Amino acid sequence: MPTISGAQALIKALEFEGVDVMFGVPGGAILPAYDPLYDSPINHILARHEQGAGHMASGYAWATGRVGVCMATSGPGATNLVTPLADALMDSVPMVAITGQVATTSVGNDAFQEAYTTGITMPCTKHNYFVTDAKDIANVVHEAFYIARSGRPGPVLVDVPKDVLNAEIEWEDPTDLDLPGYKPTITPHARRITEAIRLIEAAEQPVLYVGGGIIKAEASDVLRELVGALNIPVVTTLMGRGVVADSHPLTLGMPGMHGTYTATTAIQKSDLLIALGVRFDDRVTGDPDFFAPNAKVIHADVDPAEIGKVRDAEVPIVGDAKAVIEAMLAEWGDRPAPERTRWLEQVHRWQREKGLKYDQKPDGTIKPQFVIEELHRITGGNAIVVSGVGQHQMWASLHWGFEKPRTWINSGGLGTMGYAVPAAVGAKAGMPDELVWAIDGDGCFQMTSQELITAAVDGIPVKIALINNSQHGMVTQWQRLFYGGRLSASQLGVGAVDYVMLAEAMGCAGIRAETPGEVAPAIEKAMSINDRPVVVEFVVDRDEMVFPMVPAGGSNDIVLLGPEDL
Amino acid sequence: MMQHTLSVLVEDKAGVLARVSSLLARRGFNIHSLAVGPTAEIGMSRMTIVVEAPELEQVKKQLHKLVNVVKITELDPNRSVEREIMLIRISTSGGGRSDVLEIGAIFKATVVDVGQNSITFQVTGTPSKLADFFELVRGYGVIDMAKSGRIALSRENKARKLKAV
Repeated sequence: MPTISGAQALIKALEFEGVDVMFGVPGGAILPAYDPLYDSPINHILARHEQGAGHMASGYAWATGRVGVCMATSGPGATNLVTPLADALMDSVPMVAITGQVATTSVGNDAFQEAYTTGITMPCTKHNYFVTDAKDIANVVHEAFYIARSGRPGPVLVDVPKDVLNAEIEWEDPTDLDLPGYKPTITPHARRITEAIRLIEAAEQPVLYVGGGIIKAEASDVLRELVGALNIPVVTTLMGRGVVADSHPLTLGMPGMHGTYTATTAIQKSDLLIALGVRFDDRVTGDPDFFAPNAKVIHADVDPAEIGKVRDAEVPIVGDAKAVIEAMLAEWGDRPAPERTRWLEQVHRWQREKGLKYDQKPDGTIKPQFVIEELHRITGGNAIVVSGVGQHQMWASLHWGFEKPRTWINSGGLGTMGYAVPAAVGAKAGMPDELVWAIDGDGCFQMTSQELITAAVDGIPVKIALINNSQHGMVTQWQRLFYGGRLSASQLGVGAVDYVMLAEAMGCAGIRAETPGEVAPAIEKAMSINDRPVVVEFVVDRDEMVFPMVPAGGSNDIVLLGPEDL
Repeated sequence: MMQHTLSVLVEDKAGVLARVSSLLARRGFNIHSLAVGPTAEIGMSRMTIVVEAPELEQVKKQLHKLVNVVKITELDPNRSVEREIMLIRISTSGGGRSDVLEIGAIFKATVVDVGQNSITFQVTGTPSKLADFFELVRGYGVIDMAKSGRIALSRENKARKLKAV
């Protein structure tokens, strides 16, 4: 049998897993793996920074539902992946990262570009591997992909020393998985489902509280069925936007610190919370002692550690969201949907009276919310929206009407500024026929904008709506509200960057809108350019703040609707 | 804070100890003692971990998320055997050699080293037995001491029949 190198085995193992696109940056220790990649059908996208490669893999995974793959060299290459790995662990993104390592003979000797990658990434991966024998490569990669996508998904790192990549071995297809300590529970316990339905039957003011777990489980369709069958209003967390259509009358939007009044208040007043694929994050609950004080809780999650972590559940259900919802539907059977007239009237009254608001004056400065609503109007909502972290992220989540899952990609748990540009590139690489709009802030954009060079060179025409208020907006908002307006180290400088020139310098089209009247034409122009990435800079009102708002650590009973409530 | 003893069966793979201790540290659980060694099953190790935590549910669930952790059992002190080993060197320069030897005999401690100025005992037993021994000899002057982590196994379940009645 002919032999192949460990590096060839590695690329072959990736092909075996069905990888079509991967993102990376080469370097000394990983160089052997880049040689067979030259002949491989896998499309490798050369990021400008390993952090970019990691977020691209994440954006790819969110958009496609497949495992995102990134690759970097040893030492700084690997440490630059730490942020995307931590991000992916928090948001349960299925990812496999391959890193080169110095030769096994040099490990532990402070060799050039040596870092203890498996040690550094242990707390920010679901699992990681240090491969010491090239014969293990096929099985390790196979296990890594399985662990990354199964159960509660997450990032898995495989660290391979250079001499292992150079060793000659005989290829053997990966064998069955041998993971005695890893058996995710998918099917829920039948008795728990019966108990859940009993509580649902007795509830008068129930709320479905659903999130990212629905997307991971591909459970959006069955969830929509459940909403109809039970006639229960739904709140969608930041990670779950789009799992039910925002246009559906029972959809109340996002709850929590910057959630809609109705979503946050419906939870507070509910007598039953049906929590599916959510983790009672502090941005949702505020002070947990005051969160949904009268509600019983049904909590279903594929990760048993999430159940009871923040809030005790009357009915804990361990299982995959899709399997749980299907079981609930079967248990409900053909019972008619309860009317819940009083509860739904109350909820709809809140929606009418306490809706989102902002004041766009025709001759004033551009309001960021107006940009997002215009973008939604002109695209018809038919786009994958990717955002960074901060005010622009909250405005995008609040003011964009999401109709489908996997059309909203952002960094939730870790709150990684700079996520949008590379994640948009990854999403577009995975879904080349979809329109991909990143909605980014200027603070975020300056952290990772160089990945637009990647997009321009590799022909990945993403579009960026740059909400420019020349500051770290959310930091500024907090300084205004809680630090006496002392704007310490939050101002980026008005006019400090000519974003049109910067975009064009990177091979993209650059457009600027400075008045409300210029917003729609700028978006329309951006929509007409499809041969390269486009950056549209919207110079927006620097004083605009994100509302609604529950002050940090406070009770969700107090929702500030605007500056007048302060 | 409550001490809990966990018997954790793990795959015998490089880095497992680091994974377990790192997880406990980053989730804010305090490790009182940790002992690790082979088991009767090939390819598996057993860790006996004594943790200080207000409640154990989260510790167990978080540990279970580690891919190399196969089984976790919380040991009820009333239904398990717990042992530690202690090596303790006691000063005899101020006299008292015979007293110390007498205490050692009561505790079935073994003399493992005798010198001009000290005696070293090996003591095995339950954590409380070792603590009692230490209290009794500390007045003579403890020069040095080393203690193993706690190891433990559950007892055969004899209570089952009684429960059914």
